[in-house]
Amino acid sequence: MIGSASPPTWVGSPVGRVEDDALLRGKGRFLDDYEPVPGIWHAAVVRSPFAHARIEMIDTSAALDLPGVACVATGEEIASVTRPLPAVVETEVEHFAAAKSLVRYVGEPVAVVVARDRYLAEDAAALVMVDYEPLEPVLDLEEGLVVSDRQFSYGDPDGAMEAAHVVVKGRYSFPRWTGSPMETFVTIADWDHSNGSLTAWANFQGPFTLHAVAAAALGLSGSGLRLITPGDSGGSFGVKAAVANAVVLMGAVSRLAGLPVKWVEDRVEHLSASSSSTGRITDLEAGFSVDGELVALRYDVIEDVGAYLRAPEPATLYRMHGSLGGAYRVPNIAARNRVVLTNRVPTSLNRGFGGPQLYFALESAMANAAGRLGIDRVQLARRNLIASDSFPYTTPTGAVYDSGDYERCLDDVLETIGYNDRVAAQTTARAEGRLVGIGMACVVEPSVSNMGYISLAETPEQRAAGLPKSGNSEGATISMSPSAGVVVELSTTPQGQGHKTVAAQIVADQLGLSPADIDVVADLDTHTSAWTISSGNYSSRFSGIGTAAIHKAGRILAERIRRIAADDLECATEDVVLKDGRASVIGSPDASVSLRRIAGRAHWNPESLPDGLEAGLRVTTYASAPNLEPADAHDRIASSAAHGFVVDVAVVEVDRDTGSVEILAYASTHDAGTLLNPRLVEGQIHGGFAHGVGVALMERLVYDDDGNPKTTTFMDYLCITAPEVPDLKSSHIETPSPFTTLGAKGLGEGNTMSAPVVIANAVRDAVGVDELELPLTAPRVWALMEQA
Amino acid sequence: MKPAPFEYERPGTVDQAVKILAQSTGGKVLAGGQSLIPLLNLRLSFPEVLVDINRIPNLYHIAEDEGVVRVGALVRQSTFGDSSLVQSKVPLAAQCVSHVGHYVTRNQGTVAGSLAHSDSRGELPVALVALGGRVRVVSEEGQREIEAADLFVTDFTTSMSETEILVESSWPVLGPEWGFAFSEFALRHGDYALGMIAVAIHVHDGVVDQATIVAGSVADRPLILEEASRQVLGRPLDEHVFSSSREAAVAAVNPADDIHATGEYKRHLIGVLVDRALRSAWKDSTGGING
Amino acid sequence: MAEITVTVNGRTHTENVEPRLLLSDFIRHRLGLTGTHVGCEHGVCGSCTVLIDGRAARSCLTLAIQVEGREVSTVESLASADELHPLQKSFQENFALQCGFCTPGILMAACDFVDRRADPSREEIAEMLSGHLCRCTGYVSIIEAIYEFSRNSSGLEGS
Repeated sequence: MIGSASPPTWVGSPVGRVEDDALLRGKGRFLDDYEPVPGIWHAAVVRSPFAHARIEMIDTSAALDLPGVACVATGEEIASVTRPLPAVVETEVEHFAAAKSLVRYVGEPVAVVVARDRYLAEDAAALVMVDYEPLEPVLDLEEGLVVSDRQFSYGDPDGAMEAAHVVVKGRYSFPRWTGSPMETFVTIADWDHSNGSLTAWANFQGPFTLHAVAAAALGLSGSGLRLITPGDSGGSFGVKAAVANAVVLMGAVSRLAGLPVKWVEDRVEHLSASSSSTGRITDLEAGFSVDGELVALRYDVIEDVGAYLRAPEPATLYRMHGSLGGAYRVPNIAARNRVVLTNRVPTSLNRGFGGPQLYFALESAMANAAGRLGIDRVQLARRNLIASDSFPYTTPTGAVYDSGDYERCLDDVLETIGYNDRVAAQTTARAEGRLVGIGMACVVEPSVSNMGYISLAETPEQRAAGLPKSGNSEGATISMSPSAGVVVELSTTPQGQGHKTVAAQIVADQLGLSPADIDVVADLDTHTSAWTISSGNYSSRFSGIGTAAIHKAGRILAERIRRIAADDLECATEDVVLKDGRASVIGSPDASVSLRRIAGRAHWNPESLPDGLEAGLRVTTYASAPNLEPADAHDRIASSAAHGFVVDVAVVEVDRDTGSVEILAYASTHDAGTLLNPRLVEGQIHGGFAHGVGVALMERLVYDDDGNPKTTTFMDYLCITAPEVPDLKSSHIETPSPFTTLGAKGLGEGNTMSAPVVIANAVRDAVGVDELELPLTAPRVWALMEQA
Repeated sequence: MKPAPFEYERPGTVDQAVKILAQSTGGKVLAGGQSLIPLLNLRLSFPEVLVDINRIPNLYHIAEDEGVVRVGALVRQSTFGDSSLVQSKVPLAAQCVSHVGHYVTRNQGTVAGSLAHSDSRGELPVALVALGGRVRVVSEEGQREIEAADLFVTDFTTSMSETEILVESSWPVLGPEWGFAFSEFALRHGDYALGMIAVAIHVHDGVVDQATIVAGSVADRPLILEEASRQVLGRPLDEHVFSSSREAAVAAVNPADDIHATGEYKRHLIGVLVDRALRSAWKDSTGGING
Repeated sequence: MAEITVTVNGRTHTENVEPRLLLSDFIRHRLGLTGTHVGCEHGVCGSCTVLIDGRAARSCLTLAIQVEGREVSTVESLASADELHPLQKSFQENFALQCGFCTPGILMAACDFVDRRADPSREEIAEMLSGHLCRCTGYVSIIEAIYEFSRNSSGLEGS
């Protein structure tokens, strides 16, 4: 806490981060800092230089001859001790952790060298001789191998579209990009031949569904794979979901080498061969009535998931399925989703996770429609926004939007940016020949995923044959030691979001302590932590469901403490309050007992405890969202538990000479329900915003015509830097979610979803074009102006 | 991403250094290392010997001498840019060095290293050519001077032999009637520019009588835009001159496409930058006269 | 292999190193000072920034053998056992870190920068920061932390 006085509740206060002190001292413990077992050897990966080729021959002899080299495992050898990675939709393309005989993207592992240190491992990797017979790569999305093709219809989209007064059609392409965390992938694998099991340390963000995937690929029972994730992780933004592949690869290599093996991905490997967002082409038709009512949407989507359909893909496509209508009350929606393979790196989670792609199409269509209809963009949005009195609102595709007041948010953002003045200033600027544009977008930001949404890739009949799925829960453990020390164990694998701080805030309130009194452990061990199929850090789970698990465990522990105190103080449990490290009787503060004494009794003298209470003070529990069910027979899915709202307005100026886009003003109003710590909230919003501006203006993974990645260093992949991030005015409306314990919703992804299309719409407005592609770098905007 | 093995030598004198280079095959001079070491880490360069010249004591000078500012091979880009001598006597160089890399890399990166690296996207080579500067190089055979315009052969290749060391660059001190400007455009601050222009004009009696306009990032080395330079001679600069020089510049360059920009864009950009730089240089020179 | 003697955070070490060993790896894996982080190994991300003889430098673009006889300072040198350095405090108060991976490099660069630039503007700080990638914060809080520190530290010197 900045300042000394205790707030009425710690939750909701701008409590200082408990994570910071160690990190600032350089005492964070990231996985490359670990040597958890003695005698670790180091791996380097030999990777394919071709996007598509047959492996004719691998000669490892020169590499093996190098002193200090223990093992060179080829793809074939790795395949001999592993199975293909299970996919959500079975395809004819087997995906092993390393290529067996055919490489399908540049950077695909073909062999792994194990040596005394990384320097030697790279020397040896350079000596592995591989003969390839190059094959033609497939890079065009429209020519990709279709591995899933599903059609959906909700309401009467055909009839509504036919009756529409105006139908706005457009093709919207979204580029591949990456959140590219500063810490790359790290895995330490220690295969135990005595019982055929693997202990792996990985800076993963799970275990969630991917622990099962990795275990299956390694041919292990669930308990055969012990996965340990350090408490500190250098960012992920979804990208580190793909670390699961490295667990399989290095697990197999450790087994073959008979040695514990550590692999630290380098940046070139990361940018070329780790993971990526999907690339997407969306053909979207939006039908409007004469007065601008959105009556129907028809999506035709081609989703590029790269060379393999890697679990949990095609989740990028279905995570947003409940929100295909965005923030609008559109009753009729059709969608065709084709998932295609191309010879690019396989995709996975990436900040925004389907949202940037969806809203780029939908909100571009809204902007273009405003022009076609001759209705101001704000009026068009206002006409269609879901009304505040209709929550909880069930969308045609099955999502239950929990709470919100979208119009109030809209009013707020217009006031924040000074919309009317901005419009007037734009008129003046245009009269001077300046290219000033205004863009906006409304975004519904889902959080706490229903793991069942992925099964929409299957038909209802296929789904009916399997286990119904709606996993979404999270676990937590809280314990109090004999001397009343409190430890919270998380299963939310944070990567910088401040989970430990929020956990300490929640439990401090419940136990009448200060956050500084609570130790929070973020390290996760699948053999000891409380986890389930959805545990981890993705799709903004923490504020909705991670906190619910902590809160529930804290409530149960506090209840137990109060029962013991009531026994001590000879009063009713309901009359005991926990405050300042003591349990006291309401109204008689003198009648009190210290937590230390209560804890001592629970540990030292369990026989004396009130009936039904067991020894010790340790609670492990799980919380689940109350509103998530498996997909129904009509392909409706409550794809997420909570839905925040974000509305942004941007004003840009395009330099006529260079095409460079300057953001003159940017305002964003969020409704993320209850804010748990306003300073952490601002951090998440500014971070998500920077990613959104990055993909709007500069960030893109580029491939040449042969499928070679061209953005393989930080000199070429243009991560946004400090001078390019514009000023962001953010404000908040709070309508608590009825479906999350604390009323909080996710909020770190919203601006990554909104900013690309908001800026695109502003550039459209500035230069007078409808069609454009991201990122809007100066050369591309200049080309747009040349065309216009 | 670790370097392949190499030998390492740390000579204490230039004589020792050139001797080592002469005796080795595939030796490389290590000064600031901000361009060389990334190439080693990426295993794009495999020198047999690295000759670390950082402990040679007499290569750290910045001094005015006979109409030039002499800059020793180990002067860091940050020292160069912060030097009041450079700022006052070679303002064009001081202006462009802030575009070289980033604050921290400028602490280590050397002026000489930027020149010897001969990256066609480098700012300092463009400035040295615009000012008509030169470098002094030393080998076992002795030393020689190379005019900037003759130094840069193509990307990553100079007219120096592998056994020569660039020990000093000389930056002409031009008088108060000169106007300078450096203008570049990059997608992010500190990135390799998509185009850059350095301008040096001499104004006498309100008329430009000498002019050099040099473009960077559009060819395999700094490109002197002869015709664009000629367009500004013999008159005060006005809209007509700006536009004819700009057109001549665009006509003179034929940059290649890359992942960030088409050649067509970069060509157009050179025109924009010539226009901006000329306006700025004109203001600089006339401001000098009036002030 | 060559023997080098180098002072790191005030302590002198003598070690045998291969010429190609990067200073970043030497600091992390030989000396166990894992606060210096490695993010790109080609000099762009800035995570590995340390001070060499007081000037900020990329330890991934420096060979360990080059710092023979030099003084190196890493992030571990900033705080005392009891107290964070004022720059670190400013980062904490401004919520200028999230995952904390890029933070040590930024702290070291900022030490050098604020030392040499009196009262930098926010724009100048942003320009300096362009040599450091942070994917979590969006930078605004980092700029503010350095800005506040620079104002407070110049105030301290003036008093």
